[in-house]
Amino acid sequence: MDKMPKWADIALIPFINLLLALVVSGLVVLYIGESPLEAMAIMVRGAVGTAYGWGYTLYYATNFIFTGLAVAVAFHARMFNIGGEGQAALGGLGVAVVCLSIPWPHWSLALLGAIAGSAAFGAAWAAIPAYLQAKRGSHIVITTIMFNFIASALLVYLLVNVFRVPGSMAPETARFAEGTHLPNAYDIAPWLGFSRSTPLNVSFLVAIVACVGVWALIWRTRLGYEIRAYGHSQTGAVYAGINPVRIIMISMLISGGLSGLMAINSVMGEAERLVIDPVQGAGFVGIAVALMGRSHPVGVFLAALLFGMLYQGGAELEFEMPSVSREMLLVIQALVILFTGALDNMVRTPVERLFLAMRKGS
Amino acid sequence: MTDTEPYAIELKGISKAFGPVQANKDISLHVRKGTIHGIVGENGAGKSTLMSILYGFYKADAGEILINGQPTPIPDSQAAIRAGIGMVHQHFKLVENFTVVENVILGAEDGAMLQPSITKARRILKELSDEYELHVDPDSVIEEISVGHQQRVEILKQLYRHADILILDEPTGVLTPAEADHLFRILNGLKEQGKTIILITHKLREIMEVTDSVSVMRRGEMTATVQTADTSPEELAELMVGRKVLLRVDKAPANPGEVVLDVKDLRANDDQKVERLKGISLQIRAGEILGIAGVAGNGQSELLEVLGGMIPAAGGAITVNGDRIDLTGSHSDGQSRRARGIAHVPEDRQREGLIMPFMAWENMGFGYHHDPKYQKNRLFMDNAALKKDTAEKMERFDVRPPNPFLEAKNFSGGNQQKIVVAREIERNPDLLLIGQPTRGVDIGAIEFIHKQIIALRDQGKAILLVSVELDEIMSLSDRIAVMFDGQIMGEKLPSETNEGELGLLMAGVTKGAA
Amino acid sequence: MDFATLIQLLDSSIRLATPLLLACLAGLYSERAGIFDIGLEGKILISAFFSASVAFTTGNVWLGLLAGVASSMVFALLHGVASITFRGNQLISGVAINFLAAGMTVVVSDSWFSLGGRTPQLETSGRFQNITLPFAEQLQGVPILGPIYHDLISGHSILVYAAFLIVPLTWWLLYRTRFGLRLRAVGENPAAVDTAGISVVRMRFTAVLICGVLCGIAGAYLSTSLSAGFVREMSAGRGFIALAALIFAKWRPWYALMACLLFGLLDATGSLFQNIRLLGVSVPVQFMQALPYILTVVILAGFVGKAIPPRAGGEPYVKER
Repeated sequence: MDKMPKWADIALIPFINLLLALVVSGLVVLYIGESPLEAMAIMVRGAVGTAYGWGYTLYYATNFIFTGLAVAVAFHARMFNIGGEGQAALGGLGVAVVCLSIPWPHWSLALLGAIAGSAAFGAAWAAIPAYLQAKRGSHIVITTIMFNFIASALLVYLLVNVFRVPGSMAPETARFAEGTHLPNAYDIAPWLGFSRSTPLNVSFLVAIVACVGVWALIWRTRLGYEIRAYGHSQTGAVYAGINPVRIIMISMLISGGLSGLMAINSVMGEAERLVIDPVQGAGFVGIAVALMGRSHPVGVFLAALLFGMLYQGGAELEFEMPSVSREMLLVIQALVILFTGALDNMVRTPVERLFLAMRKGS
Repeated sequence: MTDTEPYAIELKGISKAFGPVQANKDISLHVRKGTIHGIVGENGAGKSTLMSILYGFYKADAGEILINGQPTPIPDSQAAIRAGIGMVHQHFKLVENFTVVENVILGAEDGAMLQPSITKARRILKELSDEYELHVDPDSVIEEISVGHQQRVEILKQLYRHADILILDEPTGVLTPAEADHLFRILNGLKEQGKTIILITHKLREIMEVTDSVSVMRRGEMTATVQTADTSPEELAELMVGRKVLLRVDKAPANPGEVVLDVKDLRANDDQKVERLKGISLQIRAGEILGIAGVAGNGQSELLEVLGGMIPAAGGAITVNGDRIDLTGSHSDGQSRRARGIAHVPEDRQREGLIMPFMAWENMGFGYHHDPKYQKNRLFMDNAALKKDTAEKMERFDVRPPNPFLEAKNFSGGNQQKIVVAREIERNPDLLLIGQPTRGVDIGAIEFIHKQIIALRDQGKAILLVSVELDEIMSLSDRIAVMFDGQIMGEKLPSETNEGELGLLMAGVTKGAA
Repeated sequence: MDFATLIQLLDSSIRLATPLLLACLAGLYSERAGIFDIGLEGKILISAFFSASVAFTTGNVWLGLLAGVASSMVFALLHGVASITFRGNQLISGVAINFLAAGMTVVVSDSWFSLGGRTPQLETSGRFQNITLPFAEQLQGVPILGPIYHDLISGHSILVYAAFLIVPLTWWLLYRTRFGLRLRAVGENPAAVDTAGISVVRMRFTAVLICGVLCGIAGAYLSTSLSAGFVREMSAGRGFIALAALIFAKWRPWYALMACLLFGLLDATGSLFQNIRLLGVSVPVQFMQALPYILTVVILAGFVGKAIPPRAGGEPYVKER
């Protein structure tokens, strides 16, 4: 029998982990001399209290859904893709190339082109580490870290030397043409109360589609079946005739593509040009999101929403409680990764014992 | 030696249970100083557990250990080392990229600086190697020397720690016959110097050759202890395998048809490039069961793996129904084998046959997930069809509980095996490969699985059965081939042989040599 | 390039190589014991902050160093508890530690100093001073050797000399002492260490804590020697370059020194010259910055000699029969 019921595994343990992360974060706030409860209230109000807040919360969440899904797909094949940051940056490059090189007549066509471009660039950036892992056994964690730095140097080089607008000092591309501007929440549904300048755009819907797509891929297709089987048991996969090289390559390409897709939200939907750091750490947030969401698209969606709230709430907190800086977000994020990822056994073992004792008692 | 001298090792009433499994039941053992004592028994008989208790890895639930007549509690390995017990594990505990001398002193250094220890160890190694024929270059690196030499390092390690009692767990499993002979000379030399040696093995020839006395273990119990001089391999084989009530399988005489599987001179290597199959040739006809008997580790697993497409062959040829099949490359995997009508129940259901966190219905499609009847369209699997199929198969194979949504890890061993067997047999294959069909399976399920295998044969299918359970081989097979050291030692008909004869073949003893 | 520029370049290389070297050796201890550490970056950062803060507050740079090392050791302990005691994923734990440091340093410094994630500028007493070696002044006039001695070898802070001394020390510890033998063994085959009656857990915690100490020194060097105070994200990827150097050096101390000097040289070249022409082609500065990472990937791919990490690295040790 299971050591504990399924709901405890998918809901109770992440909840306790999150609670621990928040309690420790609260202690940090307390140390700074502010009230954690008040800070919490400001964050919640700032994130979901107004249409303005919701706009940013969902905008951030869109980024995190993409990067979270990316990490999750790789996790299913038991690979730790820590290169979301670089893959998303390359995705931004893909978006820029697509948007700048073709005079798009309509945003919907431009969106399709940008989806293809960002996913292709992101996947290509994941392909080299994936190949080295599959064929030469180079540790994918280290190679993807290295590729993050190489991506960042590459992007700087291209923005300074290739894409920079002549005469401008700013290392960024020209603004994308009108035809590529994605409609934001105000354009789509003005009655929802979003302001004209809200960053929340149609990419959010693409992210939801991506969630459904990943869910279907992992739980409904043969490929997803093979990815999961390989992730759980590599000897079993060989028994069943599943080719490990193929699984490593495909799952990493999908993962890199999903990371790349993030750029349609941040680069195409919001900035409307490629700037020097288009990812802003969202690739790393994806790790926390995937860990919390237990690599399931529904979990990833909820965790991304939570981190969206944290990011937007954090911005408000910085405004209303100047002594608490925005980097508090990083602390919370780190603690979530620590408790849900590295210290999982610390919570799991006692909870399992508790359930065993309860079962024996009853 | 007089009778008043205390035993070097005395175990009294040792018991050890792992959950519901009683690994050791009330075991007593007496070993005199300066003798070699053998312990034989089938896999899972409890030999290793007993020795692990003696070396402090496990704590016995009950019982007492006396060393040289003194009650000696052994809570951990350090206590065992202090009591003068050394153990040479089946899988060596050596640091591969260290030199011999570094491995010898690890944990037994004389001070914070290495150099004095190394100098001293060099000197002692020299003495030991002269004394016991344990020649190894102290400066060679472990990964660059042969397995036989690595084993000498393990023995030297123990002697360097002043071990008076040496336990060797299946020491010849990895050795060539010549290396094994050398090892036995070393052991005899050690015995003459007054060391006490316990030799765990399942090879009867070794027992007869080198031990003074021998204990037989079966199903966690010590069934007999005899003087080697007073016994014979036949008697030991009988004691080892036991006279279990043969599970009667109602089975009509075989009615063999065309040749389905034809294997010629098949060769295969393992990861370390050691040759595991050394030219296997065999045939199986439609409607017959060929049983492969043998002690685990003699190439049976590799035979199944090559046939099942899990590892490539290094040479030879295989035909199925007259068609040659690929033995290397991308058309030599599990998928292509299944497409040829070969079904495979692997030896290790938990690591290979099932994905333990998958639900029963997901496992029912494992390996057959490309089957058109489980596809909705080119993209999606038809999970509903698979679930329905699973429910029916679970019903037919009496899997309990018949719940397709339960994860594989939550079924008992017998029911896990029924899921695998159901999946493979219900494909109606031309050839069924089946390894250890009833390992860790309860009696009721054994009977059921045996009946299914016979029924498949009676439908005119060819079956290759690999099992370390001799009575299972005897009761199911129409022909029996015995494997030893990657080769087939001989083929027998069940009606014309007995366990004693097979036991000898399994131990690598052919008629002329015994 | 004239001689003076060359000396300047090499001098700058040494300064920039020092934190890499300390962090690289830190990683060496940890990874040799079988604990992967991608959290070097975070430990450098947290130490840089606490060193600068305490050095500023007390006016004593040595107290600053102590505080930095202590903070880095706390993070190392956290990594140990997660990966040794609770057998968690060492990589995930490292990622968490990096973020924790990135966040905590800014949050706490804002609260203490309200300078937007910086500490105040350190006065002389809050910094490690450069040491003039004996006779440096007198020998300055000697051609070639004089400038080499005076400008290149002399005139660094004590931490630079310490870092370079730790290389032979580490070599000696690793290959000449009982501790080193056991440390190397526990990263290769913990089961062998365990059956030899040595505690795997204790060896690994020791290694992880040494890693903390050395990262702490690296961080202190950044904020109290190379710069005069802490600024946010001041580790700037050095922990990862150190990791790259460690792989490049195949986990060996002298090679670590070489790798770090090479990466230091690349860094110095990049910042000293904006445009480098090589064989008539202009090499972009970004390429120089990315070179350590590219070289590491090439090494990892096994095209230029295989980098084989300690065999038990990354795997929690579970005792079995």
